[in-house]
Amino acid sequence: MENLGALAILLAFCLSIYSVLSSLVGKWRQNPFLIASGRRAVYAIWALVTTASAVLVHALMTSDFRLAYVAQNSNRAMPGVYKFAAWWGGQEGSLLLWSWLLSTYAAVVVWQTRKKHREIMPYVVAVLMTTQCFFLILNAFVAPPFLVLAVGKSITEVADGQGLNPLLQYWTMAIHPPLLYLGYVGFVAPFAFAVGSLITRQPGDAWIQTTRRWTLVTWMFQTAGIILGAAWAYAVLGWGGYWGWDPVENASLLPWITATAFLHSVMMQEKKGMMKVWNMVLISATFFLCIFGTFLTRSGVVSSVHAFAQSPIGKYFVGFLSVGIGATLYLILDRLDYLKSESQLESVLSREASFLFNNLLLLASCFAILWGTLFPVISEAVTGDKISVDAPFFNRVNVPIGLALLLLTGVGPLIAWRRSSLESLKRAFLWPALGGLSLMAILLAAGVRHFYALMSFGLCLFVTWTVVAEFYKGARAIAGRTGKNLLAAMIELTHRNTRRYGGYIVHMGIVLMFVGFTGAAFNKDATYEVTVGDAFRLGAYELRVREVRAGENDNYSWDHAVVDLYKHGTFLGTLEPERQFYKTSGQGVSQVAIRRRLNEDVYLNFASMSEDGKRAVIQAYVFPLVSWIWVGFWVVLGGTLICLVPSKQRFQFSKTETAAIEEKHAAVEN
Amino acid sequence: MKTYTKFAILIAVIIGTLAWLATGGINETKTYYKTISELQQMKAPHGKRIRVGGDVMPGSIRREGRQVTFVLMQDAARLKVVYNGSDPLPDTFKDGAQALADGKLDPSGVFYASKIQAKCASKYEAAPGKPGQRPVYESRGRQASM
Repeated sequence: MENLGALAILLAFCLSIYSVLSSLVGKWRQNPFLIASGRRAVYAIWALVTTASAVLVHALMTSDFRLAYVAQNSNRAMPGVYKFAAWWGGQEGSLLLWSWLLSTYAAVVVWQTRKKHREIMPYVVAVLMTTQCFFLILNAFVAPPFLVLAVGKSITEVADGQGLNPLLQYWTMAIHPPLLYLGYVGFVAPFAFAVGSLITRQPGDAWIQTTRRWTLVTWMFQTAGIILGAAWAYAVLGWGGYWGWDPVENASLLPWITATAFLHSVMMQEKKGMMKVWNMVLISATFFLCIFGTFLTRSGVVSSVHAFAQSPIGKYFVGFLSVGIGATLYLILDRLDYLKSESQLESVLSREASFLFNNLLLLASCFAILWGTLFPVISEAVTGDKISVDAPFFNRVNVPIGLALLLLTGVGPLIAWRRSSLESLKRAFLWPALGGLSLMAILLAAGVRHFYALMSFGLCLFVTWTVVAEFYKGARAIAGRTGKNLLAAMIELTHRNTRRYGGYIVHMGIVLMFVGFTGAAFNKDATYEVTVGDAFRLGAYELRVREVRAGENDNYSWDHAVVDLYKHGTFLGTLEPERQFYKTSGQGVSQVAIRRRLNEDVYLNFASMSEDGKRAVIQAYVFPLVSWIWVGFWVVLGGTLICLVPSKQRFQFSKTETAAIEEKHAAVEN
Repeated sequence: MKTYTKFAILIAVIIGTLAWLATGGINETKTYYKTISELQQMKAPHGKRIRVGGDVMPGSIRREGRQVTFVLMQDAARLKVVYNGSDPLPDTFKDGAQALADGKLDPSGVFYASKIQAKCASKYEAAPGKPGQRPVYESRGRQASM
């Protein structure tokens, strides 16, 4: 079986090279048969990589411990779902997952466009398959998943495997990597279309419209992957946080930031024909950051809790990245004349300017995070000292950027294109601004002294107000004309322009998430050494330890505490944090106990037993508002899904000023 | 004033502010990664935040109340470490474990750590592997605390 898997990978590798060559040569020689065979090879590659993946999954499910990968990432006692999840539990398997997702995406792209875009498709296929080829090289030669265990020349089998890392045996962790990868891999499609349109000097922004859904869906997966990762860290790692600015977390955030910038700045291109070069740069940056993120996760170049073994895989990624970035840069620079802007910025107070600043801030944040993440590498190269920077650095730069972006979230959608008069600004923003300011004043009077928290709450209300006002105004107009009630009118309104109103809903979700982030300014924590009968206080809560017990099973030994939670003398419930110590891996894992409420979470972590073994060390935390992050995420998800629904009315962007230029382009093309 | 000048000024202000914040952030939180021998040869190490790695010398761990002292070793180099942080030490911290200590070096040559990360060095030795080759997943042991 493992031979079949390895063979399938090798064949897929050969076919990917064939597909690239036949697409390019077919295009060059104008040979439709070669082009078609290049496209069909994509399906064959999908079938082959699927076969290889199926072989690996089969080996995992049947606990075939002759395979090194299975022995390292699975064991007999694991539930079936984690045996399956062990597919992406280790280096080799997760790279195979990457390859498989990529081949699936490529097959879908080729299928969707089988009757469209004849001009650029050969290049799109070539870009997709070059990337595929790179990952198949890794699968076939650098991190092969089908190595068997052998002593001398005979294949051996171990009795039981190492098992999946216990930290990963948790439901969010089982789906977090595939979701994140769906997000990473998906950007290859818009990137391929961008490159294709660049090579063929396509006029206009057809590539953006073709790939709009791709970009949105991919962005959605990425958002879901990042938030799930945060939720996992919160519920499993037991250090009482959801985001630690760990290199691998950063790696997932970087392409998300550039993708978010891209989603906004394409509107400038569609509406005004501006920022064409910029959009090319953004989509390329997003794609390469996705590859870079995989590189960071897989190579262990920056040491991190996530990083896998230091492996030779790094230099392959560096090679692919440098060649890819070099080629893309050359293409963009060579074709600058096709990417000329069709309009100019007219005023600092305009929609254009708000997009510009949105992009500037997002990119600044991206750059700061990249810089901080790579600081150990950069400083070692420059000064010889390996120096790392910590979470405070990232917070210091990104908190103000986040708040400025929140402000733009409120301002951007309402400010006029081209230029805005002070009168219209006053009309749109007077009440929301007053609302935000009065909230800040009230909170200040109530004793909140945290500057950023005050700003954040004020801005959250400001943005909410503008969004609600937009919905209300639009819905009232429809209700007035059609006699529908306000709710039905709102649905009608959203349906008429899903992109705009779905976008507003996404913005609302982001606001809710900011409410959750801001809660972190008021976190409380304390560590107590306690035994049965002890009570301790945390904020308004009183915690009484009812029971501490220990035990063990085949898999792990554990210490368990039962803590009753009271507030002002009222019994609220029981929390049972547990500490598990896995015998085979020698690894400790916390089962934290969380009482989740919308106003605040109470979070208990059984850290360890005290040195004398008589008392339990309990870390207790109160996290105000943290649940709003997860609520906000569902709203973002809903909003994004609405954006994907086609609008009832097709909006043609008026491009009267630019029509002449496009005709000229068309003339050149012909 | 021309529109583009206005933009240029605004952009410069934004980038300037962020650069100022970033520089401050780096200077405040930068931590040097050092081996023990590098640390002992470092010029003016006192007052800098340092992360030093090594193995916990067997039998060197002493506990007095909340304070824990132990010796980190790497080849011939030895470093005395005092830990009195608030977080409990990870389970994996024991004799022979690989440990990372974050803290500052005292002029007396004692390292005062505020955070300890540890991973068990020996736990994978009994694992299956190809003869003559180190098991590839040896360094997959995660640090028990962040």
